[in-house]
Amino acid sequence: MVAFLIISIVSSQPWQTIKIFLLEPVSTKAHFGNVVEMAIPLMFTGLALSLLFKANLFNLGAEGIFYFSGVVAASIAIHAHLGEWLHPAAAVAAGGLVGAALSAIPGILKAKWNANELVTSLMFNSILFGVGLYLLNYKLRDAKAFANVSYKFEPTALLDKLVPGTRIHSGLLIALLCIVAFHFFVYKTKWGYELRMTGINREFAEYSGIRTARVIILVHLLAGLIAGMGGSIEVLGMYNRFQWTALPGYGFDGALVAMLAKNKPLAVVGAALFLAYIRVGADLMARMSDVPSEMIAIIQAVIILLISAEQFLKFWKNRMLLKEAAKS
Amino acid sequence: MSSFFDVILTTDFAFSVLRVMTPILFAAMGALISNRAGIVNIGLEGIMLVSALTGVVVSAYTHSAWIGLLAAAAGGTLIAGILALFTLQFKTHIILGGIAVNGFASGGTVFILYLLSGDKGSSTSLQSKVLPSVDIPLVQDIPVLGPILSGHHILTYTAIVAVFIVYYLLNRTPLGLRIRSVGENPQAAQSVGVSVVRTQYIALLLSGLFAGLGGAYMSMGYVSMFTRDMIAGRGWIALAAEAMGRSTTLGTSLTSMLFGAADALSNALQVLKIPAELIGTVPYVATLIGLIVYAVSETRRKKGNKMKTGQAVKK
Repeated sequence: MVAFLIISIVSSQPWQTIKIFLLEPVSTKAHFGNVVEMAIPLMFTGLALSLLFKANLFNLGAEGIFYFSGVVAASIAIHAHLGEWLHPAAAVAAGGLVGAALSAIPGILKAKWNANELVTSLMFNSILFGVGLYLLNYKLRDAKAFANVSYKFEPTALLDKLVPGTRIHSGLLIALLCIVAFHFFVYKTKWGYELRMTGINREFAEYSGIRTARVIILVHLLAGLIAGMGGSIEVLGMYNRFQWTALPGYGFDGALVAMLAKNKPLAVVGAALFLAYIRVGADLMARMSDVPSEMIAIIQAVIILLISAEQFLKFWKNRMLLKEAAKS
Repeated sequence: MSSFFDVILTTDFAFSVLRVMTPILFAAMGALISNRAGIVNIGLEGIMLVSALTGVVVSAYTHSAWIGLLAAAAGGTLIAGILALFTLQFKTHIILGGIAVNGFASGGTVFILYLLSGDKGSSTSLQSKVLPSVDIPLVQDIPVLGPILSGHHILTYTAIVAVFIVYYLLNRTPLGLRIRSVGENPQAAQSVGVSVVRTQYIALLLSGLFAGLGGAYMSMGYVSMFTRDMIAGRGWIALAAEAMGRSTTLGTSLTSMLFGAADALSNALQVLKIPAELIGTVPYVATLIGLIVYAVSETRRKKGNKMKTGQAVKK
């Protein structure tokens, strides 16, 4: 709705533009491929953040971890010489483990000393970005390339393309596998139950015998693992050099995905696809019409505000009730 | 090492510390007020960005830097107001609200910039105005101190005045008392008749106002135009400064200055071939360590208290 409104104000041919925005992403195989490619990293960070949010932990560290694990995976992809399967597996595993280790630090701080995980994780984002950029500029940078990019990855390290004609890569399978696994984990295991209870009320969970400190550290480890794997897979699946000179933003997008999915692992798939769909739509629209793609940022903000305002409707209802009560 | 001190021990360097400190100080004051009311406003970064653009655009169209400044401050307050409406009234989680504001700002400013100037990178085509710098009479003639303290941008002096205003506001006025009580214990504040929502509204609006001034400084003083994502993390640094300053006015100002110094240092040290990327992380590492030390000592203190009361009960 908002999108249409903005388009009609800005564009000289509103109908044409709206049509591009809505239909173009699903019109050709290549464009739909773009949607799926973009959804893959969003699935990883969305999953990581829904786990954290589910445990009522507001940690936004996925952003920095995603970036830094990408650097780690890239350096393995450049310097190691391994076989066809082993190479990407090693790179992704290393990225994931580094992510888990880094994520554990705010987790331990929170669990043991109740340090605010939001602030510490935000600090970590900036630190990891600084260190990652340093590694890129001083250790991995290809002096022969014209831009600020790393050496080329060894071809063995790249992830296989699944669908010819698109860039959809095997990372998609890993993402879906993780999502199913964590759905099972959250809803069918004892650990998952403890996680949910801790999220609802940490003190109550503690009194009922759950060792919440351990739960919090575990959730951080898992979320870091997923975010780290996501960063590594994105780098190996989509590029042949490491080329992020700014934080890619998937960590914060993950918060949006998690929220759209109401923190349910399975719903993350749909939420990530939806977000990717409107983004690709906006990109194509910018290319084919006179509306710049940055419009999508405004739409996203409105989506976040409206959906997260769970009490939006309730608020008006309450108001009506109060008014009625006042009358009688 | 001697060249290191050559860089630092100059009046130019001290001058540049004050210069780069200004936006951080403004935003940190904003972070301080909202945090004291119990709200973590992570939208500061976005608010600053919106204000930076507003200042440029309005000053370009009205041909007045002052109206631009006013509009920038109003823009910051407005965004904070929207954030407040959603988080306080409609119960959006404040963190998600902040993310929404930041996302809106980084894309929305480029969107509007493109519509107005046809350029996605910067506002060079808009004839925007800058606010003046001021030489302080008498002070500017003092050796050493003169070149450091005088000749700054008018908003730099405003920022320093703002510190005193915030201190006075928080510690000497009824509103400050209400803000602090709401932040410490909202239920208790409510029970003695303080409207929690109203107080938090005011705190968020004020925090938007200060962040807005910081944003205006960026585009109408620090540089003379708007470029995309020009705030470059200063909103986050302000949150860090506030956290490390332990939510006191004095502490927050000092840490803002420290971060300003670190920022100026990373500019200055590029000459010395120490990687700027690593120096850029210094403020964050310092904050992290500060936070850890604080959290550990707090926990120890609480445990100590528990033990004491436990013993008292036994007796």
